[in-house]
Formats: sequence, structure tokens, C-alpha cells
Amino acid sequence: MKPVRLDYVRIEHAEEIFDAFEAYGADARILAGGQSLMAMLNFRLIQPQALVDLSRCAELDYVRVDNGHLCIGAAATQASVEWRTTLATEVPLLKLALPFIAHFQIRNRGTVCGSIAHADPSAEIPLCLSTLGGEVILRSREGRRTLQATDFFTGMLTTAIAAGEFVEEARFPLATAGCRYAFDEVALRRGDFAIVAVAACLSDTQITLGVGGVADRAVRKTWPRMAQADLETALNDFAWELGAQSDNHASAAYRRHLVRTLGHKLLAGGLG
Amino acid sequence: MRSEAVVDVPHLGRPATRVEDAPLLQGRGVYADDAGVKPGTLHAAILRSPHGHADILAIDTTAALAQPGVHAVLTGADVKLWGAPFAVGVRQPMEHWCLAVDRVRYVGEPVAVVVAEDRYQAEDALDHVKVDYQPLPAVVDPEQAAREDSVTLHAAVGSNVVSDRHFSYGDPASAFATSDRRVSLKIRYPRNSTTPIECFVVVAEYLAGGQGYDVLSNFLGPFAVHTVVARALKINGARLRLRFARDSGGSFGVKQSVSTYIALLCLASRKARAPVKWVEDRYEHLTAAGCAPNRVTTIEAAVRSDGELLALRYDQLDDCGAYLRAPEPATLYRMHGNLTGAYRVRNLEVRNRVVLTNKTPSSLVRGFGGPQMYFALERLMQRIAVELELDPLDVIRRNLIEASSFPYRAPAGAMIGSGNYQKSVALAVERGGLNELLERRAAARREGRLYGIGYTAIVEPSISNMGYITTAMTVGDRAKSGPKNGAITAATVNVEPLGGVSVIIDSLPAGQGHRTVAAQVVADVLGLCPDDIIVNAELDTQKDAWSIAAGNYSSRFAGATAGAVHLAALKVRDKMARIAANLLQTSPESIRFAHGQIFAYEDPEHRLKFHRVAGATHWAPGTLPAGVSPGLRETVFWTPPEAAAPDEHDVINSSAAHGFIFDICAVEIDRTTEQVRIDRYVTSHDAGRLLNPALADGQIRGGFAQGLGAALLEELSYGADGSFLCGTFADYLVPTAWEVPDPVIVHLETPSPYTPLGAKGLGEGNNMSTPVCIANAAADALGVADVQLPLTPARIHALLAVPDPPPSKVVALGPRSQVQAPTEQADATAPRAGPGFSMQGSIDLAAPPDRVYATLLDPTALAKVVPGCHSLRQVAENRYEAEVTIGVGVVRTRYRAHITLSDLDPPSALSLSGRGISPLGSAEGGGRVRLAATATGTRLSYDYTVSVSGKIAAVGARMLEGAAKMILRQMFERLGRLAVGQELPPPRASWWQRLLAWLGVRA
Repeated sequence: MKPVRLDYVRIEHAEEIFDAFEAYGADARILAGGQSLMAMLNFRLIQPQALVDLSRCAELDYVRVDNGHLCIGAAATQASVEWRTTLATEVPLLKLALPFIAHFQIRNRGTVCGSIAHADPSAEIPLCLSTLGGEVILRSREGRRTLQATDFFTGMLTTAIAAGEFVEEARFPLATAGCRYAFDEVALRRGDFAIVAVAACLSDTQITLGVGGVADRAVRKTWPRMAQADLETALNDFAWELGAQSDNHASAAYRRHLVRTLGHKLLAGGLG
Repeated sequence: MRSEAVVDVPHLGRPATRVEDAPLLQGRGVYADDAGVKPGTLHAAILRSPHGHADILAIDTTAALAQPGVHAVLTGADVKLWGAPFAVGVRQPMEHWCLAVDRVRYVGEPVAVVVAEDRYQAEDALDHVKVDYQPLPAVVDPEQAAREDSVTLHAAVGSNVVSDRHFSYGDPASAFATSDRRVSLKIRYPRNSTTPIECFVVVAEYLAGGQGYDVLSNFLGPFAVHTVVARALKINGARLRLRFARDSGGSFGVKQSVSTYIALLCLASRKARAPVKWVEDRYEHLTAAGCAPNRVTTIEAAVRSDGELLALRYDQLDDCGAYLRAPEPATLYRMHGNLTGAYRVRNLEVRNRVVLTNKTPSSLVRGFGGPQMYFALERLMQRIAVELELDPLDVIRRNLIEASSFPYRAPAGAMIGSGNYQKSVALAVERGGLNELLERRAAARREGRLYGIGYTAIVEPSISNMGYITTAMTVGDRAKSGPKNGAITAATVNVEPLGGVSVIIDSLPAGQGHRTVAAQVVADVLGLCPDDIIVNAELDTQKDAWSIAAGNYSSRFAGATAGAVHLAALKVRDKMARIAANLLQTSPESIRFAHGQIFAYEDPEHRLKFHRVAGATHWAPGTLPAGVSPGLRETVFWTPPEAAAPDEHDVINSSAAHGFIFDICAVEIDRTTEQVRIDRYVTSHDAGRLLNPALADGQIRGGFAQGLGAALLEELSYGADGSFLCGTFADYLVPTAWEVPDPVIVHLETPSPYTPLGAKGLGEGNNMSTPVCIANAAADALGVADVQLPLTPARIHALLAVPDPPPSKVVALGPRSQVQAPTEQADATAPRAGPGFSMQGSIDLAAPPDRVYATLLDPTALAKVVPGCHSLRQVAENRYEAEVTIGVGVVRTRYRAHITLSDLDPPSALSLSGRGISPLGSAEGGGRVRLAATATGTRLSYDYTVSVSGKIAAVGARMLEGAAKMILRQMFERLGRLAVGQELPPPRASWWQRLLAWLGVRA
């Protein structure tokens, strides 16, 4: 369980990332918190030529409100967001979801943008970003482009990051007045990968449910507010649409059950 | 009559703080990996089989040897030259070598050892050892393996059932024939383990001049295995020196399996002509270290309608994996003498079979045979109550051995020396608050909640009689090999010239606190403080006293080793008393030891200092009384006389001591998440005399945590093809502090008459009682009979038979809409067993079928269709060899692959299959592709089976199916685009095209 021989480049300014990209081409990997990457390296599941460590890049280490969004830089840890005193009013969904991510030791190192770039289908942060309709800013030498979460996540561990780009910032929309948010998940142990995670956003007119851990990425669905009986049908159809699969920890049928029951738990209270 | 120590309050029995803790908590422990190595020591990495079953056609080490820093590569050929197969506990012609010879039989089996200057270089070179495998069908299910038409692992045996024995005690046939009722149950106990934090470490050196091998490792016994390793190295035991580090990061029995690696690394050192160090990593440990055998048991009871047990019948099928590794089949026989548990039933019938399958060989695991056996017996007791409509606690109470019956000889041979089971039960009921729990259950059920209570009563054996293993042999075979019995332990107490006391024990602790307790024992005998005494547990087989039963297993410390320490200290005291009596002009019987001083009881003012008396044996041997030898070092070998060999009726007292446990568990199952929550757990123990109550409770809490893990979380899962699915702690789930509630612990102390200090072992009881007690509680909550561990929510979901209503309309599946809904019937009830999965789907292509077909048959086009194809070489018509890189996201690996097109039916169908091997494991996929003309071109539909094995399956099981589906879908999308002549790939379309671009593949 040792990684392949590789170069380690620690950058202090964001621009230096592109120097590394030029030097190593596509075989350079960004290292931020390393909470998924290091395990994959040690298993040799990935064998990059170089690691470009941006964790100490001060200009990428920020969490700030800008233009209706909570903007989180590439070097900002999950803990730095979790402990933000204003988080509950800014992005209440994140406040609810972050404690479900592994354990606090992991959140102390793990980054928000790293989780987004890794695109694990069970991860909480991509689920929140997708549910809230957030954005990802990709930066390259040539400039920046902003993608909607739905365009950014393209599949299991797969995103729209192109060669020469890195995730510079994640943008979570600030809470809307009158909206209520909820989050829940089931894992076999506290802190494990979610078997099913659900995030909800309820307004006077509509309800949005995001589901992680079932499809190859987090998927969200928005409905107008509806009667209880209709909700049961909608949740059941959604559960099937996600195309649940079985693995050695949970059956597809159990995953569908959780989509229905957790979805119901989160949404039923918001029905009028 | 003897000299005495005058003790105000004995140290023994106090909850003394562990002397081991301070260095460990300060990061100053010395584990085997921390111990320094000689300059020039090389490092080993082990190449392991990705296949569950395959013939090794060839191994080419040339390229690996050319890698930087590589000194040697050891293969099966070397092992055959210098070593011998390991001895096996049953008389069968099967060979287990420390490195695969000609065939691999489980995923993770060592195939080659690369020895290099550091571990990184060794691992780099592993990828350059080329092994040609011919995969064989694998068998992982024990019942299937036991069938005559099964794939056979060891051809010379001719069957996978390597041992089949029948036993009968009392008159079970009559009891079954005449009983009111029969209750039976079939259980499948899962494969699990007790994963120590510290994995295996071996530093082996082949010594020049025929001096044998010198090994530092964290092997912790039993030392009967030392002889197995020495014989596998073709040397006598004196030439195999095993040494141990001061500290060990846990064993729970599993460290016994270091033994096969000791042999392997000794030979690697011989080949490399240098000391070689190997540290097992977690992936290797989970895959191949060893585990408890899974077991299928059919158990039946003849009962009276009032719940009185009249007879028991066991049919046990123990799945020991690919090889029977010493001391197996001991797991099946460790409990033999006490198969009737805590009950006074006299009629017993047993059939024991040992079956081999394509899984990791089983090994010692804490609880050793108890979890499997008691799961059957105690589930049966609950079923008897349910079927007879009796209270389960009453059924247990009715059958418990009476307090007046001790010492009690169980029908299969266990000598149970003491106990008061009725009192232990009463204490648990009272202090555990059973009435309150019963009220909670009633209230919960009124509200429609799922709440249940389970009970378990077990006898906990400790201090294994080494003769029990021979019960696996027939009486005739036992006669040929000679009787085996005993549970020998050795301890040495030494007093040095300044009066300091050191103690050497043969128990090799792995965190239990043996050194603390041994010091308490000696302090009480010699009238000293425990702080005055140093205990050394770093056994050195060339220097210290040991015998075959030495080691850290079968909860033998408190009953056996601490007793031997006590006896050795008594010998020291007796000798010092003779010297002191000479100096004080009195008789040795008058001598008293207290507070570091020695005196005659009739004249307590006239005192000698302890160190002065001891010093005389070193500084002035001429002053010693006649008949007293110089020096002050006493060694005692002790074995319980009751540990006799099995008799001609297979009656065997399999353990020297037998404690008692009664547990109560209350659970609630959440209807939303379908997870089990322990509301309360009560565990009542009778472990005889408690030497250190704090350590005793620590043992109970640890065993309880592991029992809870076995009940709710832990299973070493395999796919049907033998692929292993739990290579990380994200896949093999061990309970953390969050998941483990604090149990209510109750003690009753009835001293054992068979151990020097009256202690019985208690280190494993909750590993045995807790899994089934939780299962009984869950069965009560759910109202079901068939409860299989671990009780994951998906299993409970299946047991609850919650409806899975179909969608109200045809739903679009997933974020993409091109794949048809998979058939879901198969997985509706339980999680799937493995990564062998089938996939169906269809895709509309904008080209007519004949063009699509032609594209598939064209090698140039095929090279573009096959994912990540670097090269494709035709080896025969429609057969190709290719180098392909496949993966998902950033995870990718390069396979050497064989691709075959067959069953051609142009232009409407063909079979397309591939098989490949990579550093991350092997993959195989194949299926039928059908083409049907549509208005716009072709509808391609596929029906595929894919199986993946090796590291990628072991660490990525969670995502395998999704990844395989994605890769397959992309392959057919590419086919479609190629057939219509679209250019590939579109810019920035996906990681996949980017990957191909990096690799220089252009469509």
C-alpha cells in the first residue's frame, strides 16, 4: 500500500497550478485535503506523475458571501465552513449536512471543493450543491467558466473538469426567505458513506428533493406542492428513476425504501 | 506447611492500573515494526492472486528482477526446493505451501515475493512479475462445495470435505424417538474476523553455517505452530529462533496466522542472502490474513412440551477456506466438550464436517468456535420457546445445570468445576432491570414499534486442552499418532543480586495487561509491591521456558499462566525461606514475607531485608544452608491434570476451565431506517476469581464490541467467482465507539477448582454470547425464525417484507435515458453476494445493422470500440490480444486482455467477450449483442455478465456495478458513432475521451 513514485509540488499562488499542469500535462493531480486522494494513491488506484498541493495557497483559502452565494475557495476545509458562525442563516442545508461527512478529523482536512471535484455518488457536499442549484467555477490559464452543478457532475467520479482546469470555487446559493431546508442520511455506521442521503428544500410553492448514494451522481427533483397521496407516488417514481443498484452493503430494494421513507420524513412536514 | 506472605490487602483482586499504559499512551510503545533492523535489511512485498481459483501456467520474474533496487524474487519453485508443505491436522493428501505451487486457491494467496531495498521499490516491481493464470471455476458456498459434483480444490483428496466425523453421547436416538416435540433450525454463521490495529510483521534472517533462522515477529502462539513452521522449513525447532517485540497492537487470535509468513520470509531471506522485513498492510490483512470459518449448522432438539431438553443433534459444516491451516480444524472442536452448553441435557449427537472452499484459510479468531456453536444452540433455545409458546427465559432456566451438580461432567466431556448459574441469571435479571425492559417492550408494541428482548446462557471454555484437536481424528488415527493432551504453561521468577524481581511469562500479551497482573501475583507471594517487579513477556524461543501450548489464546492467562507465575513465585519464596530460616535460626515454616522484609512470625522484630536474603544466593553461595543451590531463578511448567486426551468414546475435556455467561439484550428496530438500536445490554459473568476486576471488565467490553460488530456489521464477503469484496475498513465495517453502547456488567465469582488461583478465562465470552443474544432480541422484535448475521438494515428490510411498489408509470432511468430498467426481481430481497453482475441495456445507433456488424468484425474499428485500447493484435480469427486501460474517473488501470468474438450470426447477433489481468486485479466480461433494424438505424441490445476480482473488487465494491455499466454503455456508444462514421471524440465530452486523448488514441 505505497503510492507510485511521484513528484510533489506545493504551490503558494494559484497561477502556479498552471505551471505544474504545463510541466506534467494531464498526469498532475490536485491535492487539497487528500481525504479521498491519498487512499486512492496508496492503493495505486491512481498513479499520477505529480501531486500539486494547493492546501497552503492562501488566496484559495476563503469562505465568503458574494452576490447571493456562499463562495468557498479550493483550499477551504469542510471544518472551516462547518464552524462558520453565520452558516445556519447563510446556507442552512450545509449546516445540517456537514456533520454527516465522515468524522471531524476528516473534515478538518477535507475540502469542500475537493469533495466536489472527486464526485463520489454518495458524498454530501455534491448533493447539497446539486439540490440547491449551486455553481462551480473552473479556472484555467485562459480564464474562468461557471457551471451549474447539474452540468458539472457528469457521472460516477466524473465531472466536466477539462484538462488544464481546476475547481477554484464552489458557490452555494444563500437561503431564500420562506424556504425551509432539511437533510438526513442512512449509513451503516456514523460517518460511513451514505447508503442513501437526502436533502430537501421546501418553499411555499414547490418542494425540491435531492438524493445521493443511489444514482451515479446526486439527483434532484422539484415538484409543485402536492397532496400527501401524490407525494407518495412521486417519491416512489423518483425512487425507481434513480436506478438503484445492489452492492454488498445494501440491496436496491432497500435503497428505494430509504428514498421513499427518508424523502417522506423530510417533505411530509412541509406539505400544506 | 509453607512459609507465608503477610498481606494486609492482597494486590490480587484489586483493579490495579496497567503498567503497560503509560508508555503506550505516550507513544513510547515498541511494536514489531518499530524495532530496529540490521543494516542491509531488505524489504519484501508479496504478489497475490487476483483469482479465487486458477492454475499457474508460468511465472516470469525477469522484468521484476531488472527493476531498481530489486535483489530477489521468490516463487513457488524456490519454496519447493527449500521447504515442505505445512503439516495438516487431518490425515489427507493436501499440500499447503507458504507460496502457491502450481495453483492458486483463494484471492490473496501469495504467489511471489519481491525483495528490494525498500518497500516502495518492492511494490513497484510487483507489477513486473508476469504470471499466466488459467482461471478455474471457483466454489465459495460450503454446502455447494460439500456436494459430490462440486469443483474440487485438492485433486488428491478427491473431495472438498476433508473431515467427516460422527459422535454420539448418551442415547440420542431413543430421546428423539420418544420426545413430545422436535424443534430444529438451520443457521449460516458468516465469515468475520477480529481485526487488530497492528497488522503482521516479520523480520527474518537466514543464518550462515546451518544455524537456521532468526525471526522477529508478532506471532503470539499457540506454539504448537512453531513446530509446524520448523518442519515446513525442514529444520528442527531449536534452529528456528522466534523473538517478539515488547508491545503488540492487538491479536484476538488472528496473529497466529503470521506463522505462514514466517516460513515465507525465512525462505525469502535465504534467497536474498540478507535479512528481510515485511509489514502486512491493511488490504493484505483483510484479504488474506485469516478469519473465523463460516459455518452451516442444522441443529435439532428433542424436547418435552414443558421445554425440558431431552437431546441435541448438531450437523456442523465448517468452511475453513482453501487450506486447512494449523491448528484447524480446531475451530470446530474447541467447543466439543461443552456442546451441550449450560444445560444438563445428557443425550447428544454430532456430525462434524470440514469443507474447503476458494476463500482465505481460516485461523484463530477470538471466540474460536464459540460464536458459531452458540449461535446455533441459543437460537434454538429461543425457537423452542416460540414453538412451544413458552417464555424463553423460563426455557433457559428450566434446563440450566443445577448449582449442586458441580463439578459437572458434560456428556461430551467438559469438566465444569464450579458455578451457580441460577444465581448468575438472577443477578442479571435484577441488576439489569429486566422488568423495566419488559414494560418497555409492551409499551413499544402497543405503539406498533419493533422492540424485542433476547437471552443467552453459555459456558465459556478457557485454557484449551491441546488434545481436543485430535478429536477430529478417528480413534484409530489417534492411536497411530500417539495421545496428545495438556495445556502446559511456563513461568519464571528471577531475583537478581540487588533483590529486584523479574518475571518471564509465556503468554505474549497483545494489550490485555498480563504484565500488570503477573506483578500483582508475585507481589502477594513475596510480600512486595507490584512496582518492585518487572515482567517480561518478550518470549525468545531459544532462551525462555515454553512448550507447545504457550501463547496468547484460549483465554489462558488468568487460569493458567498467572497460576504458573504464582507457583514459580512460591518456589522462590520457599528457597528464600530456607535461607532466611538458617540466618534467623528458625524453621522455614515460621518465615513470613511482608513489606519487603523477611522475619519469623514468632519474632517479628528481628527482620531481614528481602534483598539481603536474595543477594546471598548470588554474592555468597558459600553461606547457603546445605542443599540450597546458588542463584535465585525458578521456572514452573504447569498443566491441568484434568486436561486428558480424548478417550476411546471421543469424550474430551476440551478446556481446563469453564466460566458462565448470561446475557440480556433489548433492541428496537427503526421502521424507517430498519437499523437495530441496542436499548440495553446486560452481561452477567462467572469467571471464577477475578485477578484484576478492571482488566476483566475491559475484556468484557472489548468482547462485547466485537460481538456487536459480528451481529450487526461485519462480514468478509465474497463474490460467487471467489472475488473478495472487503479490502478496506470502508467495506469491512468494525463498530466504532459511536456504535457500541456501554453494557451493564454483573459478576459472580465461583472459583475454579482446576486452576492454581481459581480463575477462569473471560476474554472471549462476549464474542460467543453477544452475536446470538442480539440476534435473539432482533428475532423477538421481528417475529421471525431465520435471522442471518450481520443484521444489516438491508437484511432486516427483506425480513420485514416491506412492499416495493412498482412505479406508477414507465420511468426514465437515471440521469441518462438510454438504458432499460434492469430486472429487479433478483435483488428485491437481499443484498447481492458479489460483483458478478449482469447488465442489460439497449442503445439506438444511426447506422444500419450490417454496418454496425461490420464495424465490430473489423480489427481497426474494434480497437477503437474497445475501451482505452492501446494495441490490438489478432491471434486467430476473431480472437485478439490487447492492451487496454479501463476505469472510471481518475481510477484506471492497464489490462492485458484477450478479446473473443464468437457465435456469429450476421448481421443480427454475436457474442463479444473479454478477459484481462492488471496490477489491480482481473476482469472478465461477456455476453450477447443483438442488432435489430429500426426506422432510424439499429437498436443494439446487450445482455452482459461481468465479474471483477482482485484489488479493484476488494476496495471498490461499492461502485463496481455502476462503473461497469458506464464502461459498457460508453463502449456501445462509441460503436454507434464509429459505425455512422462520426468523428470521435467530441471535445470535452467526458473524462473518457480525455483519457483516450492522453493515451494518444484517436478515433
